Amino acid sequence: MLVVENVDVNYGAIRALVDVSLEVHEGEIVALIGANGAGKSTTLRSISGLVKPNKGRILFEGSELQKCPPHKVVEMGISQVPEGRRVFPLMTVLENLEMGAFTRKDRANIKDDIDKVFAKFPRLEERKKQPAGTLSGGEQQMLAIGRALMSKPKIMLMDEPSMGLAPMLVQEIFNIVKEINQSGTTILLVEQNARMALAVANRGYVLETGQVVISGAAADLAKNEAVQKAYLGV
Amino acid sequence: MLSNLLVQLINGIALGSTYALIALGYTMVYGIILLINFAHGEIFMAGAFVGLMLVTVFKVHIIFAFLGAMLFCMIMGVIIEKIAYKPLRRSTRLAALISAIGVSIFLSNLANLVFGAKPTTFPPTEEILFKIQTYELIAGAQITNLQILTIVTSAVLMVCLQYFIKKSRIGKAMRATSQDYDTAALMGVNVNRIISYTFAIGSSLAAAGGVLVGIYFGVVKYNMGFMVGLKAFTAAVLGGIGSIPGAMFGGLLLGIGEMLAVALGLSSYRDAIAFGILILVLLIKPTGLFGTQIQKKV
Repeated sequence: MLVVENVDVNYGAIRALVDVSLEVHEGEIVALIGANGAGKSTTLRSISGLVKPNKGRILFEGSELQKCPPHKVVEMGISQVPEGRRVFPLMTVLENLEMGAFTRKDRANIKDDIDKVFAKFPRLEERKKQPAGTLSGGEQQMLAIGRALMSKPKIMLMDEPSMGLAPMLVQEIFNIVKEINQSGTTILLVEQNARMALAVANRGYVLETGQVVISGAAADLAKNEAVQKAYLGV
Repeated sequence: MLSNLLVQLINGIALGSTYALIALGYTMVYGIILLINFAHGEIFMAGAFVGLMLVTVFKVHIIFAFLGAMLFCMIMGVIIEKIAYKPLRRSTRLAALISAIGVSIFLSNLANLVFGAKPTTFPPTEEILFKIQTYELIAGAQITNLQILTIVTSAVLMVCLQYFIKKSRIGKAMRATSQDYDTAALMGVNVNRIISYTFAIGSSLAAAGGVLVGIYFGVVKYNMGFMVGLKAFTAAVLGGIGSIPGAMFGGLLLGIGEMLAVALGLSSYRDAIAFGILILVLLIKPTGLFGTQIQKKV
């Protein structure tokens, strides 16, 4: 479904991604794990079109993405939950959700989908008239996920959804990730919390200083000695 | 004394409402691309000239001249952005700022070349609009029908803008883009198009201000954009740059402050007082009256 092929991304003289290749099949949860600065977010940003690869191709259902501007990428069915949630702080919860549906042509159904998001996250409904900047971190994360769902994506790119959240909330977020996947959305999940990510994922890739060093079934990665040592703290 | 004060207060509201119209363009553009568009004052000047030309040369009715000037500057603003600012989007903010100053100098010199250095007079109000009438208000205060027209036109445009920004799809996308550029793009907003809309709306409001000022003061000049642009920029900063209600309020405050200075017999110091108000507000509240620091949580 999504194929990243030999992609290089340079920020000036810094090589953020070096020859990265990965693949996400329809219906999967794929985890991308690695330390801070390994290039996980850059991978997602290049899929979404926010950074342009210096080399390589990104294919989604057979069409090339690497030259598409971000809004075209969204229209093709790829949405992103950005790192640090990035809700629009001065817009209300409701307006944030409406922004998520910005590309949709079927305006009439948007209200129903907002209600579905509210059914999933009742806290958001209670606060729908509140500016998103006044929500707690966990609520903002739920809003960011709800907002990404509003475009009815085929694949959702999630960048560190558990970052900065209390342990109980982390469990909840991972349950939500599983739920979204079960209702038919493919997920590419970037996480520093490797243990949790590998527990929900089908397959995983490990990034180190911009390169894919290990990949395989999530269960195998969780047992891999090098992965355990570096990322699982065993 | 009191009647003089009230007269100048009304003058101040009329003047301030035109400052507010122009200030909106500064604040909207800054809100989206963090650029002080120094050419904005010249767009105001161009609007005044286009309105004047349409009335005198093409003999168009003043209402259509007003709308024509808005349309002309709308297109002009979009083109300026494409030529002078868009190529510098990824470079330093200083580079774009210098480019803006360049456009400003270019446009005022171009106007000097085309229209000459002498002020051009607007046709008398009774020929193009109506005979000036003065209405007595309480306590000796007076208001003219031209002042009413200026204030009402500005107010209507600002209410429309506010409604557009709050309720429309494009308006929401503009707010989203100004709060978080990259994330707006991730929502599927074509950010380049939103920037064009912003320049189009801001420039057309400046043109409206230009025609209103042209009619109000009766003269149009190639360098009229400089001081008015500076004042409107001051108004935008005063209200909190990036804030739309701030620009409206800042414009009014500045206009009223300036005219009250006149009422107090300090008319030669009116500019100094206008900028003095700015310094005072910034000392007390550096983000301006309505400004908020958007936290960039990472």
